[in-house]
Formats: sequence, structure tokens, C-alpha cells
Amino acid sequence: MITLDNLTKIFDTDRGVVTAADHINMEVPQGEICVLLGPSGCGKTTTLKMVNRIINPTSGRVLINGQDTTDQDTVSLRRNIGYVIQQIGLFPNMTIEENISIVPKLIGWEKSRYLKRASELLEMVALDPAIFLKRYPNELSGGQQQRVGVIRALAADPPVMLMDEPFGAIDPINREVIQDEFLKLHRELKKTIMFVSHDIDEAVKMADRIAIFKDGKLIQYDTPDDLLSHPANDFVKGFVGRDRALKRLQLVTVSEVLETESSVVTAEDSLATALQRMDDAGYERAIIVVDGHDRPVGYISRSVATTTKGKCGQHSYNLRTVVRPEDDLRTVASKMFTHDATWLPCVSEQGKLMGVVTQRGITHYLGATYKSSRSDDQSIRRIRVAT
Amino acid sequence: MEILDFVMTNLNLLGKLTLEHIGLVVVAVGLATLTGVPIGIAITQNERIATVVLYVASVLITIPSIALFGIMIPILSTIGHGIGYLPAVIAVLLYSQLPIIRNTYTAINNVSPGLREAARGIGMTSAQRLRKVEIPLSVPVIMAGVRTAVVMNIGVMAIAAYIGAGGLGVLISRGISQSDPRQLVVGAIAVSLLAIVADRSLLSLQRRLTPRGL
Ligand SMILES: Nc1ncnc2c1ncn2[C@@H]1O[C@H](COP(=O)(O)OP(=O)(O)OP(=O)(O)O)[C@@H](O)[C@H]1O
Ligand SMILES: [Mg+2]
Repeated sequence: MITLDNLTKIFDTDRGVVTAADHINMEVPQGEICVLLGPSGCGKTTTLKMVNRIINPTSGRVLINGQDTTDQDTVSLRRNIGYVIQQIGLFPNMTIEENISIVPKLIGWEKSRYLKRASELLEMVALDPAIFLKRYPNELSGGQQQRVGVIRALAADPPVMLMDEPFGAIDPINREVIQDEFLKLHRELKKTIMFVSHDIDEAVKMADRIAIFKDGKLIQYDTPDDLLSHPANDFVKGFVGRDRALKRLQLVTVSEVLETESSVVTAEDSLATALQRMDDAGYERAIIVVDGHDRPVGYISRSVATTTKGKCGQHSYNLRTVVRPEDDLRTVASKMFTHDATWLPCVSEQGKLMGVVTQRGITHYLGATYKSSRSDDQSIRRIRVAT
Repeated sequence: MEILDFVMTNLNLLGKLTLEHIGLVVVAVGLATLTGVPIGIAITQNERIATVVLYVASVLITIPSIALFGIMIPILSTIGHGIGYLPAVIAVLLYSQLPIIRNTYTAINNVSPGLREAARGIGMTSAQRLRKVEIPLSVPVIMAGVRTAVVMNIGVMAIAAYIGAGGLGVLISRGISQSDPRQLVVGAIAVSLLAIVADRSLLSLQRRLTPRGL
């Protein structure tokens, strides 16, 4: 847990004083990712760097797990805090292995232990140790370097991590990949993380909580869903963007809006049966055809079922695409637009039909949370489903 | 032809003088490296002191070597070394300070702020940062300074023959005083060749010392 208590930093510059952080009070709970977000110069980096005392606060305190860091020895403090800087900062004169092993070596791990650790960590971020351990940073792509920067910070297994725009220097596609990797890693490791970003999409994706800064002041500190549905003022509203309702889509997974489909037909059923089941179940448009293993193979539209006779197998349309329960609704909405569909079947890993997700279900979900009252925290669903 | 004859008949002398010359330069620049590198590192801590130190070093290098030897004679005479080996080494040591201090200072100062911060943020003490990051990254530039010092002072050392320090300058000074163009030319060529060879070999040493990955 990281606690900022009235944390303030005033820089004395030639052009007068700059209050880079103005009485910041916030708390990052154990195991959560807190994203510091805001426009350039609002004090995100300054706030972050006061946690590991790269910058000394003018006033106020930082507590880590309840312990005041003010009088702690900076060297040992920093060895317990993983630090990823925006410029990556891999030491070019050291191999990847040496870069990753720095902190474990400094704190006196045995050689065999830190070498094993370096291999493990590389594997965690999908870099083959056999290839990369002995390479030098300049022999890696930007994205690979960034991954190494992150695992170097993780090497000695620090409980707390500070990350300053760690994925800033990568192209958007690779950034998504690394973000996903990092989230996966985080779900295993459960570090307490403070993460600076100026990209609202990144923040929404990564954060358990988002802290919005402006001119050195903390404006709003909330879960991504709360922030998007209840921006505190016009500044936040402007910052999160006019498409904030759409941004919320990526916070919700299919499993949360899934309508479990109880009525289906098989290829052997007649179209009349299909029509009957649609009526019974209240399906307006179509019914899904499954095979002997409950796998969706097609669908019968209501218009076909009412106008034609015969077996379902001969008259079904092919399914254009399916979704998975862990997909986020943004992906789903995009698929719906691409395939001009108002609903999509959702299948399990084995391909079994789990239900359908409908446009109406999505709209309903977003609308319902908009109306929920702010204090009613419990009703706001957690953003990530444990996988 | 005459020159070649001279070389063939005086191979021994030539070898001895060359070794003497190399010995003088190596000792002097070696000592200069031992003093210049720490000074260069130390002055990165304070910009004002750095300016003063670099200024003094650049003034030193503008003093003509003959004048420097002249100044040292009365001073060093008090300990019985007014001429010879000691003043020659001291002169080269002083001349070498500027390239070595300046290159060290610049190299350490130019280590990128990102790397500095990473090293700090990781929890390295300032000694560890210096040893593991700043100095290794500065090696190529520091070595370039040493190279400059060596090449420059191979020439300076030739003049030290006038104060009896030995070395290839002996041939040149004798060539002049005895109006013997053979000795003069051989001495001059030998000094130039020595400078070129030293430059090449130090360059390859520099490459060898540069950490891989830079
Ligand atoms: N060392 C310093 N000396 C003087 N002023 C500083 C210093 N560091 C930061 N500032 C000022 O403090 C304010 C906050 O800077 P900070 O680096 O925290 O911003 P930021 O939110 O991280 O911005 P960015 O998104 O551009 O990185 C800025 O106005 C900046 O100019
Ligand atoms: Mg910043």
C-alpha cells in the first residue's frame, strides 16, 4: 500500500516558483494498479518520483505499507521499489542478463539464484532466454527493450512498482501486446503499482483506480468505470473525452452481459420446431443451430422459419463470427459493426455455446450503471473478471 | 641511400633511443591518466570548480615546452634534478592533463540523464553508479583523451632531449648541432612514425576496452 499524505513539491526556478504537486492525498491499496493521468506538466512524474525520493518533497509524507519513508535510507528504500522509467534506461554496457540481475546482485542474492531468476523473467514476457540473456540492449527492438526494462524492475520481487509511461516509446500495436502481457503478469504477482500515463485508453485498460491531475492538484481519484460514468467536473469530462461511454465498453467483458441461451435447435429439427421455440423463448429474430456437442454451427432466421418448410440443417445461415466470454465489449461492438450483426454467439474454450451477447444487452448495461448512484459503490461491477 | 646506411649502421642506437622515448611518454602519460581521470570525475560534482580546473589545464598547454623546461630548471635544481628525466616527465604530465581531464569530464557528464536516473532509482550508491555505469560508458572518450595526450607528447618529448632527457630527440638535436642532415631526418621520421604507430595501437586498445554493446 502506498499512501501520499499532503505531498507537496515546489520548484524554485528562474521564472518563479512552480507548484508541481499541491497537497496530494491518496492511497493505492495493496495489489492494485493506480494510474496517474493528466496533461503534460500537471505533476504526474514529480508525484511518482517523490515515492522513491528521486525528488525530495517540499512537505508532506509518503508511507509505504504504513511506514513513513521520510527518514528511510534512500538506497535501501529504492531497492524495495521497482522503478521503470520512460527512457527505459537499460545499461548499454551490460548484457540483458546483467541488466536484470543488477538489483538481486546488489542485495546479495546467490549467483545461481539471480541467474535463474533472469531466465524466468524473460520467459514471463515471452523472450527466449537462450537468445536474449547474452545480448546487449542495442541488439533488441524498442518493444523488447521495454519488456526488459519492466522485468528488471521486477527482478528482486519488490512489493511496490513505480512506472513512468513505461510503454510510451512503442508503436500502438506492440503497446497493446505489452499491456496485455503486463496485466497477465500483474494478475499473478499482485504488486502495488503506481503508473504514469497521459493516455486515457491506456489508463482505462490498466488501472484499478485512476488519479486525474491538473496543475499539480489531484482532481479526481476513482475506478475507471466511475471516472467515465461520473466525471467530477468539466476538466475531467474534457480529458476523458466525449466518447467516454464507448470507453467504458472495454471495462466490461462479455461474461457480464451474457444472455444464456436456453433454446436452440439441431440440424435434424424441423423449421416449424425452430419457429415454435423462438416463440416460446421470445427470440425476435433468430435461433441458433448446434451440433451434437453443443457447438453452434449456424442460425435460423425468423423469416426463413415462417416462410419455409424443411429441416433446420438445410436452411441455416452460417455464423459470421463468435465471441469469447473474456472478450471486452469494445471488441464485441467492433465485431458487431464489422459483421452488421445485432447479436453474437459466445462460445467456451471447447467451442460450446454459452449464450449470446446482444446490442440491447450492451446498451442496457451502460445505461444501468449511469443511473446508479455514486455512493452505491458495491453495485458497480468490478472491471476485471478473474481468469 | 645515405640515410638508409645511417639507419643500418646505427640500428642499436636507434632502438635504444626509441625505447627511451617510449618509456618517457608511457611513464608521463601513465601518471597523467592516474591523476587526470580522478580529477575529471571529481569536477563533475561542481560546475564552478570544473570551469576553473579546465581553464588552468588549458593555460598549461599553451606554455611552450622550451619555456616550461626553462622554468623548471631552477625549481627542480633545488632537489638536484634541474635537467634530465624528471622535468621531461613533469612537462608531459602537465600537458596531458587537459585532454585527459576534459575528456573524462565531458564523458561522465554526457552519460544520459535517463541512465543516471535508472541507476539511482534502482538503488545504486554513487560509488556503484560510477563503477558500474558511468566509468564503463565513458571509457571510449577517456581513452581518446589518452590517445591525444600520447600523440601530442611524443612530439614534445623530442624537445626534451635538449635538457638531457634522452629519446629520439637526441638524433634531432645532434643533427642540428653537427649539421648532419642524416641524423636530423632519421630522428624526425622516427618520431613521426612512433606517433602514428602509437595512435594506431592505442586506437585498437580503445576498441578492446570499450564495453561491448556501446
Ligand atoms: N527539476 C525541476 N525544476 C523546475 N521545475 C520542474 C522540475 N521538474 C518539473 N518541473 C515543473 O513541474 C511541473 C510538473 O512537472 P512533471 O514532470 O511532474 O509533469 P508531468 O505531469 O510528468 O508531465 P509530462 O506528461 O509532460 O511528463 C512542470 O511545470 C515542470 O515544468
Ligand atoms: Mg512526466
